[in-house]
Amino acid sequence: MSQNNLQSDSLQNPRVTWEGCSVLLDINDGDRLVFARLTSGSTLKIGNKKFSLRPLIGCPFGSLFQTKNGKEGPCLSRFIPSTEGNNAEEKGDCEIINESRDNRAIIDNNKAQSLTGEDIDAMRRQGAKGDEIVEALIANSATFEKKTLFSQEKYRLKKQKKYAPRVLLRRPFTRSICEAYFKKYPARIGFLRVDALSLLLSMTNVTAKSDILVVDMVGGLLTGAVAERLGGTGYVCNTYLGGTPQSMDIVRMFNFNNDICKRIVRAPLNDLRLAQSGTSKQIGTHEDAPDMESNGLTSSINMEEVSKSSEHKVTDLDPDANVSPTSKMSKAPKAGESASQEALKLWGENGFSSLIIAAPDLDPWSLVKDLLPLVSYSAPFAIYHQYLQPLANCMHNLQLGKMAIGLQISEPWLREYQVLPSRTHPCMQMSAFGGYILSGTRICSS
Amino acid sequence: MLLTDSTKKLSFTRCIRDGDLVIVYEKHDTMKAIRVCETSVLQNRFGVFKHSDWIGKPFGSKVFSNKGGFVYLLAATPALWTLVLNHRTQILYIADISFVIMYLEIVPGCLVLESGTGSGSLTTSLARAVAPTGHVYTFDFHEQRAASAREDFERTGVSSLVTVGVRDIQGEGFPDEYTGLADSVFLDLPQPWLAIPSAGKMLKRDGILCSFSPCIEQVQSSCAALRSSFTDIRTFEVLLRTYEVHEGKMDCGQGDESVSFGSPPYKRRQRSNEESKMQENTSSPVILARPCGESRGHTGYLTFARLKSL
Repeated sequence: MSQNNLQSDSLQNPRVTWEGCSVLLDINDGDRLVFARLTSGSTLKIGNKKFSLRPLIGCPFGSLFQTKNGKEGPCLSRFIPSTEGNNAEEKGDCEIINESRDNRAIIDNNKAQSLTGEDIDAMRRQGAKGDEIVEALIANSATFEKKTLFSQEKYRLKKQKKYAPRVLLRRPFTRSICEAYFKKYPARIGFLRVDALSLLLSMTNVTAKSDILVVDMVGGLLTGAVAERLGGTGYVCNTYLGGTPQSMDIVRMFNFNNDICKRIVRAPLNDLRLAQSGTSKQIGTHEDAPDMESNGLTSSINMEEVSKSSEHKVTDLDPDANVSPTSKMSKAPKAGESASQEALKLWGENGFSSLIIAAPDLDPWSLVKDLLPLVSYSAPFAIYHQYLQPLANCMHNLQLGKMAIGLQISEPWLREYQVLPSRTHPCMQMSAFGGYILSGTRICSS
Repeated sequence: MLLTDSTKKLSFTRCIRDGDLVIVYEKHDTMKAIRVCETSVLQNRFGVFKHSDWIGKPFGSKVFSNKGGFVYLLAATPALWTLVLNHRTQILYIADISFVIMYLEIVPGCLVLESGTGSGSLTTSLARAVAPTGHVYTFDFHEQRAASAREDFERTGVSSLVTVGVRDIQGEGFPDEYTGLADSVFLDLPQPWLAIPSAGKMLKRDGILCSFSPCIEQVQSSCAALRSSFTDIRTFEVLLRTYEVHEGKMDCGQGDESVSFGSPPYKRRQRSNEESKMQENTSSPVILARPCGESRGHTGYLTFARLKSL
């Protein structure tokens, strides 16, 4: 690969972590998801032990880490899974079809395992590795050999998660961020599922160099998702009613560089409307100054607050990534400045390229009747809502008002499958609801 | 269609010009892509429309025929294009397209490989996602289909972002020149497992592959082929349920009293309090929504996998 490629790669789409970079840590195959910023002082708590995240700096995304007892206490070390198959899927391709074992001989009397908790603690004290404990548990299980190959694999995995936890280093992209929130705290993102979010972006033609108007009351997830697709061009303008903009904390989970952050701006709805009506004299400045401060400059403090306060409530998505006070959090670029006068003027004259609303607590019609006039003729729009009725009313009103065509309410449906030799079927659990979307195209009614 | 050319960008002042691609909208399921030509006419069940009447009007305008019938003229987007393109093959629709782009983590600047090109429905959206600095290299073994796809990409204005190659990816794999350069690979092939080793070679570490297959047997074989050098292998099915909205009255069948299931928000000012709501709205129509009776029941399975990062 040429130097040039590497260069543009690391700028546009970095695949190796760096100091100060935001990462998503996937612990034990999705059992736990933690957002963290990699600094020399940040730590991750697994079980009752704290692990420094320093070894993760400079590693490629996608790397796996395993816990290890090092000289200076527990630490995380790179783990490279063996390529030879040690799991049932690979070994058992042909055997499974002829599997004759079943669960007739398995009795649930809690006597199958002859190793006691003390035995395991003793092994640990003697410095046994997690994998060795797992092997010992298997060797001392009276029923392991009687299990089917598939359930042997399940047993091994369960023990491995407990005694040899693994941490996967993932890129914080819209996909992983949305999934992480949807899994743990769906209410914070208004139950916006990843497939619904992906539809919002394609229905509204979000692409480089476009100016996208959004109402983001889903914590900044929508704003971040749009900014990711703009790649440091165009603008995503997050508008709000009244004097206080919505929080967009989730934007900080993305690894946005300065170019991208500059393209994330806010503007009160009133300013946008004034700019369009041409009386853009004294827009902005008045109530925006304090907002800017609380949302842009002090993002580092927010991040710390998040992790500190969350020590008490284990419910936070970012519970354990304690950021040391000395870390250079100020490096995290700011996003969400007030839109400039020039930008307001330009949008007033040209209109936005499209509109996306994700405001689970607001009535869509009362928003869209004010916002739709701000987007260009023929511009697509999409409104997300958790409830059907407000969208149905909104659609009806848009039809009556002859404001838009191609109106459609759709509900995405997403099902995941377990694919294994001779054992393929839909997953036993699925999300049954991902929200509703009303989409359409603005028309020129003159 | 894409906004990368600032002179073509959508705006209040952007009017339809000679040579523009417009989507002629009759109703939500009847649309057509037309290149505006000053001397040309459009003839449909509403009458004859002169293109010359369209020029100078903003996109999104309602235009009339000689008989007073009307259509709307819209600016093309990948979503509309998917609804109007010529089907030379089975195509991907918006639910699958949206999910694929999100799950492949495609952002501006990415290099994406695709095979087969087919009718170019997904390709157009891939191009939108990688613009302005990325590129889509798409391959189809069918020479004529590749040529038609190239023409379409010219028409829709994405040709600078897409290169169409004629190549049998199942048989020959992707060209060596992209080895280790692809951020994402998309396969829509009858035997995707044959192309998976090559796709693995093309991907950057931690890069993502997606394979679209209508049949579960194909998924089964693909997953088996993926297990050696890919991780995070996940298979999904994504569909859309659409809803119809009607204005109607709900009678409860007891004399002249009727019950409404909540009134539209714009009627709110009429209410004085919660109690009077029920009586006041007895005769006012309500907005009702229900799923459409028929829908697409299956498109294909989407299998995603991430190249192991060693």
